[in-house]
Amino acid sequence: MTTEALALPRSRAGGRIAAGIAQSKAVAVLAIVALIVLAWYAAVYPMNADLPSMPKEVPFAERFAAAYALDRPVLPAPHQVIAELWKTTVETRATSPRSLLFHGWVTLSSTLVGFALGSLLGIVLAIGIVSVKPLEKSLLPWIIASQTIPILAVAPIVIVVLGSIGLTGLVPKAIISMYLCFFPVTIGMVKGFTSPDTMQLDLMRTYSASGLQTFAKLRWPASVPFLFASLKVAVAISLVGAIVGELPTGAQAGLGARLLSGSYYGQTVQIWSALFASSILASGLVLAVALIERVTMRLMGARP
Amino acid sequence: MTVTTVAQAPGQDAGLASRRPVIAVEGLSLTFDTADGPVYALSNVDLTVEEGEFVSFIGPSGCGKTTLLRVLADLESATSGSARVNGVSPEEARLGRQYGYVFQAPALYPWRTVEKNVTLPLEIMGYPASERRERAKRNLELVNLTGFEGKYPWQLSGGMQQRASIARALSFDPKLLFMDEPFGALDEIVRDKLNDQLLALWRKTGKTVLFVTHSIPEAVYLSTRIVVMSPRPGRIIDTIDCNLPAHRTLDMRETPEFLAIAQRVRDGLRAGHSYDD
Repeated sequence: MTTEALALPRSRAGGRIAAGIAQSKAVAVLAIVALIVLAWYAAVYPMNADLPSMPKEVPFAERFAAAYALDRPVLPAPHQVIAELWKTTVETRATSPRSLLFHGWVTLSSTLVGFALGSLLGIVLAIGIVSVKPLEKSLLPWIIASQTIPILAVAPIVIVVLGSIGLTGLVPKAIISMYLCFFPVTIGMVKGFTSPDTMQLDLMRTYSASGLQTFAKLRWPASVPFLFASLKVAVAISLVGAIVGELPTGAQAGLGARLLSGSYYGQTVQIWSALFASSILASGLVLAVALIERVTMRLMGARP
Repeated sequence: MTVTTVAQAPGQDAGLASRRPVIAVEGLSLTFDTADGPVYALSNVDLTVEEGEFVSFIGPSGCGKTTLLRVLADLESATSGSARVNGVSPEEARLGRQYGYVFQAPALYPWRTVEKNVTLPLEIMGYPASERRERAKRNLELVNLTGFEGKYPWQLSGGMQQRASIARALSFDPKLLFMDEPFGALDEIVRDKLNDQLLALWRKTGKTVLFVTHSIPEAVYLSTRIVVMSPRPGRIIDTIDCNLPAHRTLDMRETPEFLAIAQRVRDGLRAGHSYDD
C-alpha cells in the first residue's frame, strides 16, 4: 500500500523560503508603520499652528519646534503620546488612579467578564437556533434587531437601571460588553453547527445516533474553527462595550473614564494615550484568542 | 500489500438450502418532487439478495442505484412498494444497527485519528473502551492499516482513507455492508488493489455486500450477481449471475468467461440507454 502520503518533513529550502517571506513581511509591516508615523508628524504642525498657546513673534524654527511640545495640542506628536504612556505605566504606581495600568485593569476585568458571559450566551442561543427549528424564524430577527440599536443609547439605560437596584461598577459594564459580543458568536456558531456535510450527517444516521450524540461528536467539533473566528471579533468588541459602559458613569475609572476626563479638560495627550492603551489591549486580547486557537486546532489534528 | 490467503467464507459452501433473503424488495418506487416537477428515481424495482451474496449494482449516473441503496439504509423513503432488510423494515434495520455503510467519500472526521474514526460507531453504540480499542486494532488489521492508528485523515492517501472508512463500517460487525461507489474517486491501480483486498475481506467475513459501481470490470470481478439498471425511471433491466470461481485474480479479466459476462453487462447497459432515448 502507499505510504508516501505521510507528511514530509519541511525541507531546508522550504525553511529558507519561509524565512525570506517572513523577512519581506516584516519589511512591509515596518514600512507601513514608518509611513503612518511620518504622516502623523507632518500633520502636527499645521493642526496646532493656530492655537493661542503657540508662541508669537518668534522665528519660524522656534514656532515649529513649539508645535511639537505643547501642553494641550490639537494633535499631540507621537513622542508626546509615548512619553505619556511611559509616565503613566512605568513611572506611576499601578494602584494609583493616575496609572494607566490601573485604568486598563478596570476595563480589562469587565471586558473579560462580559466576553465570557457573551460567548456563553452566543453559544447557547446558537444551540437553541439549530436544535429548535421555529427559533430560527422567531428568535433571529430579535437578535439582529438588538444589534441595530446604537450601544451609546443603550449603555446609559443599562447603567441607570442596574444602578437603581444597587449594581454598579463591573457588572453593568460587563453586561454592556455581553450585549455587544454575543452576536458574532451566535451567528458564527449557527454557521458552525450546520457546517457538517450531508455525508457526515448521514453517517451518524446509519449508526442511529441520538441528537445529543450527533451534537457532541459531530456538530460541536466541526464548529470549533467557526467558534474561534467569532471569538476574535467578540473579544475586540467586548472591549469596546466595556469602554462605552464607562462613559456614562461620570468618569470614575477605566480607559473610558480616561478618554472622557481627557476631553473634559482638553488633555489631548491623555486621550491619545488612553486610545493607544485600549488598542494595545485589544490587540493583546485578539492575539491571546488566536494563540488558544492554534493550540486547540493542533490538538484537534489540524494540518500544521 | 497483497492478500494471498483464501479462506472459504461460511456462506460460500453452505448450500442454497440454508440461505435466507437478507434483502427483499417488491415493487419499490421513489419519486422526488422537485421544482421542475417529479423525478422518477426508482420505478417498480424487485430484488432479492440472499445471505453471503456480493451483489453489484451497475448503471449510468442517475439510474437510481445509489438511491436504492439509500432506501435500504433508511436514508431515503420509498414512495411505494415494500423493502425488507433482514426481515424488518429499513428503519428498524437502521435502528437495530444491522448494516454498515461505506460512502462515495471516506467521510472521516478530520479531528479524529484513524483509530478514533474507527471507534466512532462503537462510542455511539456504547461499547466499553477496552473493546473499542481491541476492535479498532482488529479491523484496521483487516484493511491493512496497522501502524496508522494515531495518524489524522489528512496524513493518509485517498485509498488509505477509504480503507479506514471500510474498517469503520466493519467495526461493529454488521452482517450487511452497503458500499456506494467506495472506490469511484481512486485511480485504477489503487482501485485494483482495493478490489483484491475487498474480495479477500468478503471471503474472510462472509458478509452480504451490496455494492454500487459504474465500472464493468469491477462489478464482474467482485460480484456473485450483477444488477444492471437504467435511468429515468431507475429500474432493473437485467440480473446476471456471475459464477466465476470463488478465488479470483486480476489476470482472470482476460479469460473468455470473464469477458462474456462483461459483454452481457455492456449489452444490458446499452439496451437501457436505447430505451431511454
